[in-house]
This record gives sequence, C-alpha cells and structure tokens, in this order.
Amino acid sequence: MQKQAIFQSKLLPYALVAPQLAIVLIFFYWPAAQAVIQSFLLQDAFGLSTSFVWFENYLELFKEPAYFAAIIRTFAFSFAIAVSSLSFALLLAVMADKPLRGSTLYRTLLIWPYAVAPPVVGVLWVFMLHPSLGVLSRYLRAMGVDWNPLLDGDQAAALIILAAAWKQISYNFLFFLAGLQSIPKSVIEAAAIDGARPMRRFWTVIFPLLSPTIFFLLVINIVYAFFDTFGIIDTMTRGGPGKATETLVYKVYTDGLLGGNLGSSAAQSVILMVIVVVLTGIQFRFVERKVTY
Amino acid sequence: MVEEEGFQRYLAHAILWIGIAIVAFPVYLAIVASTQDNAVIANGQMSLLPGGHFLETYYQTLFVGTSGSTREPVLNMMLNSLVMALLIAVGKIAISIISAYAIVYFRFPFRMAIFWIIFITLMLPVEVRIYPTYKIVADLHLLDSYAGLSLPLIASATATLLFRQFFMTVPDELLEASRIDGAGPFRFFWDTLLPLSRTNMAALFVILFILGWNQYLWPLLITTRDDMQTIQVGIRKMITTTDALTEWPVVMATALLAMLPPVFVVVVMQKLFVRGLVETEK
Repeated sequence: MQKQAIFQSKLLPYALVAPQLAIVLIFFYWPAAQAVIQSFLLQDAFGLSTSFVWFENYLELFKEPAYFAAIIRTFAFSFAIAVSSLSFALLLAVMADKPLRGSTLYRTLLIWPYAVAPPVVGVLWVFMLHPSLGVLSRYLRAMGVDWNPLLDGDQAAALIILAAAWKQISYNFLFFLAGLQSIPKSVIEAAAIDGARPMRRFWTVIFPLLSPTIFFLLVINIVYAFFDTFGIIDTMTRGGPGKATETLVYKVYTDGLLGGNLGSSAAQSVILMVIVVVLTGIQFRFVERKVTY
Repeated sequence: MVEEEGFQRYLAHAILWIGIAIVAFPVYLAIVASTQDNAVIANGQMSLLPGGHFLETYYQTLFVGTSGSTREPVLNMMLNSLVMALLIAVGKIAISIISAYAIVYFRFPFRMAIFWIIFITLMLPVEVRIYPTYKIVADLHLLDSYAGLSLPLIASATATLLFRQFFMTVPDELLEASRIDGAGPFRFFWDTLLPLSRTNMAALFVILFILGWNQYLWPLLITTRDDMQTIQVGIRKMITTTDALTEWPVVMATALLAMLPPVFVVVVMQKLFVRGLVETEK
C-alpha cells in the first residue's frame, strides 16, 4: 500500500529518517553485530590474542550442564507464569464481562499492577514472603510448611513464578475483557436458547471464540517471562539459591558481570536473539491469520 | 436476553472482589509496613494495621535516604527516573513521527530498506544485547548521563509502525487541499498532520512513560554514581545489605513512591492507556 499524494524532495526525507536511523545503527545493529562476531571468537586468558573458532563457543555452551539447565528452567518458568496468570485473568475477565453494577470500578481496580515495575514487584513479594519477617510466612509455618525460599530452590522458583504472574494478571485481564466484549451477544443468546447452561456455554461457545486472544496472550506472556522477569529475579533471589532461579537472561547478566568468557556470553546473547526472532515470527504469523479471517 | 440468576451475579461480585484483594494485598502490606517501626517488622511482629510512623518514614525516604552506605534521597532518584522517562517517551515519539512522515509522504531511494532496518529492531530488546551496547555507551563517554540512560532505549519500531499506519489512513485530499493553499512539507506536517495525531501521540506517551519509568536492567548497568540512580535501581540497593540492616519501612515507602507516578497515569488516563496498550501490541 502506498500513498498517491506525496511531496517531492531529494534530501528532506533523508534528514527526517536520519535521527532514528542513527540511533538504530549505533545502539541496535552495531552492538548486535558485535555480539555475533564475538560469539565466533575465542580470547586467551590474558585478553592478548583472539582467534576465530567457528561454533566452538556455542558447542561449549550446550555441553555445559548449567546452560542446558537454564534453558529448561526458563521455559518451565515461562509456561508456569503464562498458565497461572492467564487462567486467573480469564476467570476475572469472564466475571467482569457480566452486566454487573460497578464494572468500570472493577476494571480500574484490576488493571493498575501493569504499571508496577518488575523490581518493585520483587520487593513487595519478597517482603510478604520473607522467611523470618514475612506476614504470609507466618501463616505458612502455622500450616506446617517449612517455608524458606532463601534456602529452598523450589520454593524460590515458586515465589518468582507467583510474583511474575501477579504482575501480568492486569495485562491479560484487559485483553481478555476486550476479547470477550467483541464476541457477539447473539451467539451466546443462541446457545442459551438451545438450553446450554453457563458453564457449557463458556466451554463450547466463548472459549473457542476466544482462542485467538489466548494464543496471542500466550506468546506475549512467554516473551514477558523471558525478559521482563529480570527485575523480579534480581530483587528477589539473584538467581539463587544455588542456581535455582537463574533464567537465560539472568545468566547472560551474571556471566557478563563476572567478566569471564566474552565469546561465551556473546554466544548466549545471540541464542537469545534467535529465540526472540522465533517468538516474534510466531506472533506475526498469528496476526496475519487474524487479518485474513 | 441471557438469564443471569441472582446467585450467579453474587458469585461474580465475590470472585471479582477476591481477585481485587489478591492483587491489592502486597501493596496494602507495603503501605502498612511503611508506617511502622523497623524493629517491630524485623522481629516478624508486624501488625496488619497502619502504625504511627508515616511522617517520619516518608520524610526520611524522600529527603535523607537509608542510613546505610548508599545514602541517597529518594526524591533525587525520582527526579532521575522522571527525566529518563520523559526523555524516552518524548524522544521516541519525536524521532518516530518524523521518520514515519518521511516513509509515508516521500518517495526516495532505499525507502523500504530503511523501513525494514527500523522494523527489525522490534526483535532486539535491550536484554539480548546489553554488554555490547554497554561498551558502545562507555566508548562514547555516556555512562552516568541522561543521554546514556535514554538514547539506547529511544529507537522504537513500534512507534514508527503506529504512526505509519495512522498516516496511511489520513485522506489524500487533506494533502492536496493544503498544497493548493501553498503549504510545503513542513507546514502540512505542523498544521495538519500533527494536530490529527494528537490522540495517538497521547496514548503512546502514556505507555512509553510507564515503560521508561520502569526501566531497570539498563540503568542498573550504566549508572555507577549514586546521584544518577533511578528509583528502580535505588530500591534494589536498599536491600543488598545483610537482612538485619535492611530498613523495611524505608524500602516499602520507596516501593510505593516508585509505583505512584505510573499507577497514577494508568488510573487517571485509563482510556488513553488502554488505547495505547492495544495499539502498541499491533
């Protein structure tokens, strides 16, 4: 698609795109290219000489059990965060979609966590479930749970997943509500006339019609769990105890901080880029499909 | 009409209120904690009702900071966050709207190539290129500066795409009409296109301000001086010291102050926020 009415000018358009192009080239392409190049190089221990090693950095990474574990962990976290946040948000959205008194108030009271920054989410949750002073920990202990996320890796992971899912509820809720409101009332009425009870109506009519929204949100939530959980992890557990909450992004960060192997950390960055490209690709394919519906 | 029996309706209200309570509880706890005495909290004896230390905690938080080594008033951190968020939001909108203008309203060699160069950056979040970007910013001597904080986050394919899409829907007659009036590309942009884009810009601004204010990883890497800290970075530094020394009321007050501006924006400008959110997600 192109505009028919346009301006004629040789230099002006270049001047107009120049600022964005400059920033994109300096801060996106240059560093991305550096990461790709570096991932094929191996530096000696003193940083004096580098040699081209093809895919050795990548092979080394995949041979490293810790990296493999981080991949599995990241996907497991993403899945757990997406499923728990999506199902809770869907329940709330279905309720808020009913013709209730005060439904705008409900919406306002449910969407604000979107604006809370990940590190703040981490601080709030770490305080609430702190082993020695957390208010909820008291009840957990009273119920006989030996609660100590500072020592127990599984509990730390659960804590991260809960906090991350909590933040994402508002976002999912908004999109589910919009999706539900775009379902024609006549379809639901038709099902009601056919004698379908509310539960049956939900599973046989509403849920299938909502599946594009669900799929879209699933991808968004996975991307969120991959990248935006950094702040939550960093304030809550710092990847620990041990490496129980170290995700791929967190590993890139800590490996880089230690400043050890440049080639390996570049290779990790490149793998992350590939994952983002794949996820974005899936999302676009989906958007296209939605357009042709 | 679909029947909604009384019971169903009460159930919906109940579920929604339970949901709201779950969502709000961590924040309620923070409010309560920020008004209590640190010694009581550290003992694990925290009450679930507000205490009497509201004024002193918030005074200390805003103007003094924690008693530890990174003593930095939170008001100063908030100022840094504000400057960064505004630079990112305004900068993104400014550079995106003019490049979208060029791509839609001009024909020039490499037009589509440039469009794709911008478009692909959509797939490169800061997180995947942090260290190389860090090195470039360091080489440019931009560490510990507002430019360093905002420039790498300014380029936005989403905003460019959004404006491009919007410009495509602007009728051609408008351009022809203003051309008959003798308007050049600048006049047309300023007098016609910009006023038409106002709602889009406002919706985008709301989202970008929130995203900018909430940036964490990038400021964490490139700020080393305490007086350049943003509030998100500052709050993490407050809990680095060993647990016994963490001043929880101050930490909780800082958490609340950190969420106040973006939450305010979401609640007060809800329409623009929802619109911006839906549009930036394509």
